[in-house]
Amino acid sequence: MNKKSKVVRYNKWGYIFLIPFTVIFLIFQLIPLVSTIYNSFFENYRSGLTQIGPNFVGLANYATIITNGDLPMYFKNTMIMWVLGFIPQIILSLLLGAWFTDPSLRLKGQTFFKTVIYLPNLIMASAFAMLFFTLFADSGPINSLLIQLGVFKEAFSFMDHAASVRGLVATMNCLMWFGNTTILLMAGMLGIDPSLFEAAQVDGATANQIFYKITLPLLRPILVFVMITSLIGGLQMFDVPQILTNGTGNPMRSSMTLIMYLNKHLYSKNFGLAGALSVFMFVITAILSLIVYKFTNVQEQK
Amino acid sequence: MANNTSNSQGGGVHARRIVSYIVLILISFLCLFWFYVLFINSTRSNSELSAGFTPFPSVHLIENWTNLKNGTLPIVSGMINSLLIAVLTATLATYFSTMTAYAIHAYDFKLKKFMFTFILMIMMIPTQVTVLGFLQLIDKMHLDNSAIPLIIPAIASPAVFFYMKQYMDSTLPLSLIEAARIDGSGEFRTFNQIVVPLMKPAIAVQAIFSFVGSWNNYFTPALVLHDDTKKTLPILIAQLRNADWLKFDMGQVYIMIAFSIFPVIIVYLILSRYIVGGVTLGGVKG
Repeated sequence: MNKKSKVVRYNKWGYIFLIPFTVIFLIFQLIPLVSTIYNSFFENYRSGLTQIGPNFVGLANYATIITNGDLPMYFKNTMIMWVLGFIPQIILSLLLGAWFTDPSLRLKGQTFFKTVIYLPNLIMASAFAMLFFTLFADSGPINSLLIQLGVFKEAFSFMDHAASVRGLVATMNCLMWFGNTTILLMAGMLGIDPSLFEAAQVDGATANQIFYKITLPLLRPILVFVMITSLIGGLQMFDVPQILTNGTGNPMRSSMTLIMYLNKHLYSKNFGLAGALSVFMFVITAILSLIVYKFTNVQEQK
Repeated sequence: MANNTSNSQGGGVHARRIVSYIVLILISFLCLFWFYVLFINSTRSNSELSAGFTPFPSVHLIENWTNLKNGTLPIVSGMINSLLIAVLTATLATYFSTMTAYAIHAYDFKLKKFMFTFILMIMMIPTQVTVLGFLQLIDKMHLDNSAIPLIIPAIASPAVFFYMKQYMDSTLPLSLIEAARIDGSGEFRTFNQIVVPLMKPAIAVQAIFSFVGSWNNYFTPALVLHDDTKKTLPILIAQLRNADWLKFDMGQVYIMIAFSIFPVIIVYLILSRYIVGGVTLGGVKG
């Protein structure tokens, strides 16, 4: 009896230690989230010098961003650039992960290679984008290198073509994230029971067969996790296209992402549309997160 | 793909090894090439740069740096601001996340399970989604144009919490805390003098990640900070991009980018062992 009350006395410290997190979360995340949602139902913007609103308009802001075509277009842009970056990223990561974890290959210098491929992940995205912008400028070193090598006759304007701008954004995203993905996939591959590989080898399976018939199916939960977390990150794509195109998303707003659009409304203080856009992003992210959560939970129960 | 050749075990492994080395070297080249060009170009003068590409460094590094420092961008104060915000963010994020993880790890209370699930659920909420309300809130608190709203929210960092919790599960035995209690140590003292030192490896890893995350952060600081003297490096990079850059001395542009990137690269190369090892446990992309 005495012992139990003592335990209870200690356990109140659980609540005490949770106070900083809870208070800061409530103030800086929950209240902003609620007021963002609240804002999305109001007409509230500046037209010249006159302030319009805030007036309650119901779901009109949601209707506006969908029907004027902005949201679908920027969503499409974001998804195109994410897919373009994600496909090479996952292929590279699977390949490198399989090589690093293959005991029969016994690759030397693994630490060096892992260090190098993870490096771009820590680089300031805005500085990296600025670097690409200067390197790929009309008079930049890439153009002069390609002309010196005889690939181009005259400078190619990378910034004036939708395909090359999107390609550059995708390249940067791929470079920045494939090292991280490789390391995550490697952890998954190392978690597979080695006796499965041994048994397959004894039965005469080739490296290819082992990869497709054993590694890949057993890796599926981690692949789904990697894909959805990358998708959540991709939806938040901002720094790279923002700096690369100076916030315009040019040419023809073809590389304007959802968050760049949100950023625009925040600068022009159109809180109604910014709110509706935020809620849209929140709902998509929440759904995607629930899928991740379900998947990792199923994993633990197994 | 290349693995098709591996039907016969002996020679196949050899061929596959050669292919993988070639691919790895190519990829490493692709990762490092940009930074090499950046380094080379920041040592060249504007006229040398407009003459075209060469793979060899020149001698104008110091000159470019002096020009940049005496130029219009408040680069030195930018670095001090970035450094200050990043250090404080990393300190708050790691200390308080350890505390939150300890609360869930070491005590039994009614809301324990709920809180753990709840923190995991909010881990994925992107900051961009709440930034509208956040800006209005700090406006009302008169914290606009101040570094405080960029630092204090780090106290609630669900991803850091999650890492700390996992690390505690594997390394922090409850019997140790019990022993400290028997020796008459108060709960808060036990946390500070026994738990925090034991968590040092995890704190180091997360401190690096929080530091880098804050150092690289562009979105929120750009919306919060308005005065030139308060701006951080990523905002200055954006300003550089916004400037009429064709008229700019390109040597200065490169040294400015180098200045934002190379400190992180140097720290990374020193600590890479811990960082690469630490990625797996964290498992969440930014």
